[in-house]
Amino acid sequence: MNVVTPPEPLKPKDYASDQEVRWCPGCGDYAILRGVQKALSDIGARKENTVFVSGIGCAARFPYYLSTYGFHTIHGRAPAIATGIKITNPELDVWVVSGDGDSLSIGGNHLLHLLRRNVDVQFLLFNNEIYGLTKGQYSPTSRAGTRSPSTPFGSVDKPVSPVAFALGAGARFVARGIDTMQKQLPGLFKRAHEHKGTSFVEIFQNCIVYNDGVFSDFTEKEVAADRQLHLEHGKPMIFGKDRNLGIRLKAGALKLEVVTIGKDSVTEDDLLVHDEKDQMMATLLGGMNGTDMPVAIGILYCDPLPSYEEGVSALAARAIEQAPSADVNELLRHGHTWMVEDA
Amino acid sequence: MSISGTLKKEATKEAPRKELESAVVRFAGDSGDGMQLTGGQFTLATASAGNDLATFPDFPAEIRAPAGTTYGVSSFQINFGARGIKTSGDSFDVLVAMNPAALMVELKGLKTSGIIIIDIGTFSERNLRKAGYDVSPLADGSLDAYRVVELDISQLTLEAVKEHGLTNKEALRCKNLWTLGFIYWMFGRERKPSVDWLEAKFATRPEVAAANIAALNAGHALAETSEILDGFQGFAIPQATITAGQYRAVTGAEAIAWGLATGCQLAELQMVFCSYPITPASSVLHTLSKMTPFGVTTFQAEDEIAAACAAIGASYAGGLGVTSSSGPGIALKGEALGLAVGVELPLVVVNSQRAGPSTGLPTKTEQSDLYQAVFGRNADSPLCVLAARSPADCFDMAIESVRIATKFMTPVILLTDGYIGNAAEPWLIPDVSAINPFPVSFEIDEEGFHPFRRDPDTLARSWAIPGKLGLEHRIGGIEKDYDSGHISYDPQNHQRMTDVRADKINRIADDSPPQTVELGPESGRLAVVGWGSTYGPINRAVDNILGEGSEVSHIHLRNIWPLARNLGELLAGFERVLVPEMNAGQLVTLLRSEFLVDAEGFNKVTGQPFKISELEDAIRARL
Repeated sequence: MNVVTPPEPLKPKDYASDQEVRWCPGCGDYAILRGVQKALSDIGARKENTVFVSGIGCAARFPYYLSTYGFHTIHGRAPAIATGIKITNPELDVWVVSGDGDSLSIGGNHLLHLLRRNVDVQFLLFNNEIYGLTKGQYSPTSRAGTRSPSTPFGSVDKPVSPVAFALGAGARFVARGIDTMQKQLPGLFKRAHEHKGTSFVEIFQNCIVYNDGVFSDFTEKEVAADRQLHLEHGKPMIFGKDRNLGIRLKAGALKLEVVTIGKDSVTEDDLLVHDEKDQMMATLLGGMNGTDMPVAIGILYCDPLPSYEEGVSALAARAIEQAPSADVNELLRHGHTWMVEDA
Repeated sequence: MSISGTLKKEATKEAPRKELESAVVRFAGDSGDGMQLTGGQFTLATASAGNDLATFPDFPAEIRAPAGTTYGVSSFQINFGARGIKTSGDSFDVLVAMNPAALMVELKGLKTSGIIIIDIGTFSERNLRKAGYDVSPLADGSLDAYRVVELDISQLTLEAVKEHGLTNKEALRCKNLWTLGFIYWMFGRERKPSVDWLEAKFATRPEVAAANIAALNAGHALAETSEILDGFQGFAIPQATITAGQYRAVTGAEAIAWGLATGCQLAELQMVFCSYPITPASSVLHTLSKMTPFGVTTFQAEDEIAAACAAIGASYAGGLGVTSSSGPGIALKGEALGLAVGVELPLVVVNSQRAGPSTGLPTKTEQSDLYQAVFGRNADSPLCVLAARSPADCFDMAIESVRIATKFMTPVILLTDGYIGNAAEPWLIPDVSAINPFPVSFEIDEEGFHPFRRDPDTLARSWAIPGKLGLEHRIGGIEKDYDSGHISYDPQNHQRMTDVRADKINRIADDSPPQTVELGPESGRLAVVGWGSTYGPINRAVDNILGEGSEVSHIHLRNIWPLARNLGELLAGFERVLVPEMNAGQLVTLLRSEFLVDAEGFNKVTGQPFKISELEDAIRARL
């Protein structure tokens, strides 16, 4: 009898390529890269079966720094290329890495359709609310009034919310993380990986050169506990450094409000309990803005449906089963044909 | 009088039919009159009768243009005969005009003394006005130069189908079958294939099938028993001398679809066809969508860019990505094609050309995307460009596209056009099992592997696909180091990579057949050089001029880029070179710049194929 030796589990550093990482020192991307390498190790990802696909931008350099298969493509089109990969070989484990400009400006259409089709990939959106690689212009997620080389007097247009966009497009898995969440990020990526269908993960990522501190109002150590709500399925929504703040549904309105436990006779039982399968709840949580409401972090929504490529494969299997023949010679002779005899 | 659903033996009138070597019939009516269907059925019946043929469906861009208007006229032309048929015909012998607008639009194409079949049931004052007639052409003598058959086809059809219980609207829809029956008698065609077809098509609505068959038979019977024209006993077109074998009618769109699937089977690759609907390329998508059992996956993408990108993803994953479109869509794919050039992945891109610029004339034919195919990308981005010359040729060229794309790891653009895509011709069905396969072998050798390691002969890079342990690698649009495949910004390396990409494409010429001369001497006074769908008219025109005893040659290019190795030398052997194209002069520029040959353009962009007579005149003027 053959003894099969299970392959040695790979360590996070085994997923690093031999290429020198070339992001700016202090860039949030380094932390996300570490988080992904740790997640790959935790998952036990097979390098040969894993493909990282990216478009253009700082984040899009990601595949070069991993020892898996990688495809650095063109601006905004990574979702389309990933879709082609998955319909050709559904066995491959595909991750798409993108930025806010790549996925919500030039590639917004492709992200929309990736999500509605529910192609089984992990989609990581590094949101730094700025164009980094082209030297600091405002992006589709920049807040109105952002001063940048292309908007010296402040931007006029309102930003798009990545989470609202994803939910609107029909995403079945929507999560949020922060580049500095070194402990939680690998777990978040692992959940994204477990989910069949498109797993959409927005990561607030600090651009140290062009948009430093843009998320500090809810990520700085002193304020983080009071400005972030970390979601857990089945648990009441409690936050705050004293764990005494909570979220509940406002009476008579489809709105959330922050309450203090023990104040105005509010108890834990009054708080909303997070339900990952509730899309409306996810929409409300995604809309919390970090000023009068905390920013929701973690898995906002997870309610799987069959993936696109599963549907494509099932359809093909049915068509093949019902087909009289797979012989092209027979196909060319179906329908009306006629014989010409030798004269 | 009507004949019941069963067929009786074709009766013949006492006097013999008039024998013609070939004939051209044009069916014209409203968009909703079913003229394309009528033409398609007549094509099958004519092919079965052993004639060679060529067709030209000519229809408006609007799906249902307002009834009775001239811009809503939909036409189908067929040229068939006892000799080899090369084009759909310059002018027609028989015109079927289902309404005044059809007569208004099409009369100018009818030969003097040609026959017009007119449905006078539609010649109301209102319809005449809509068509732009102040006075009915039936009354003012303007049709005196023709032989006119006036029939109230609308009324005759209603009578023929009344026992089948259709609504008035449904019953009138059988008009085209009534007309088809009439034309079938005129040319002695068998009705049975159309009867079989109707029974199959309306299997779930037998009353509709029966009504249509009744209309077909009634039209036939009326033609057979009545005196249509003085002494007219119908036409007979003898069988053409055609290579023996099994035939079918094929359109270019079908031939491309089947050829691509066959090519992928020969390459032993999964075919992944990614496309976005666009006229006139959509029929390729429709045909392939039914071919799942043949190893074809189709993907209707969200836009042209996504279609090209998904196809690139498919090739990256180890399938063969194929995308198709028409000029405006190819423009959108441009950046993705650059990526495929840069990462050197196989890709087949079909361009069913149409008249432009911009939306242009979506349903009209043109061959004005040659520049776009050869040069239409940023930077030095060479790729292979092939062109099909006829509907049946699309099959062979599709296979050749797959072969070159996989052998040389390059995108291949296959040019067809709206005319080739929609037109049908008889096709001697090939035996696919007799075609030499060209299986792809993916890289398996880890020793010294890098993704841009090249085959020393073809310069194709090694094709390693995800899933293979030990060959994990990263590729992308950034310039690659020649020796490692890693990102490289080194100036000398970029020179070297640019050179090798061009060299690789040039080497395709060594792997392609030398340019041959279709007709006429190998050198001499005048070479008429064409490409794509102008094959038919050029070939017939050159043949006719040769028949007059003049010296002229026809050269037709399938390999647009790279050009055939011997082409420059071949052209140098002629005193003059004439290049007819349905554009403002694109191949002619390429030939002049590549070979410093004094080639002269002959150009037309009317949305209609060249007429043989136009070409004959142009040739004669240069002899």
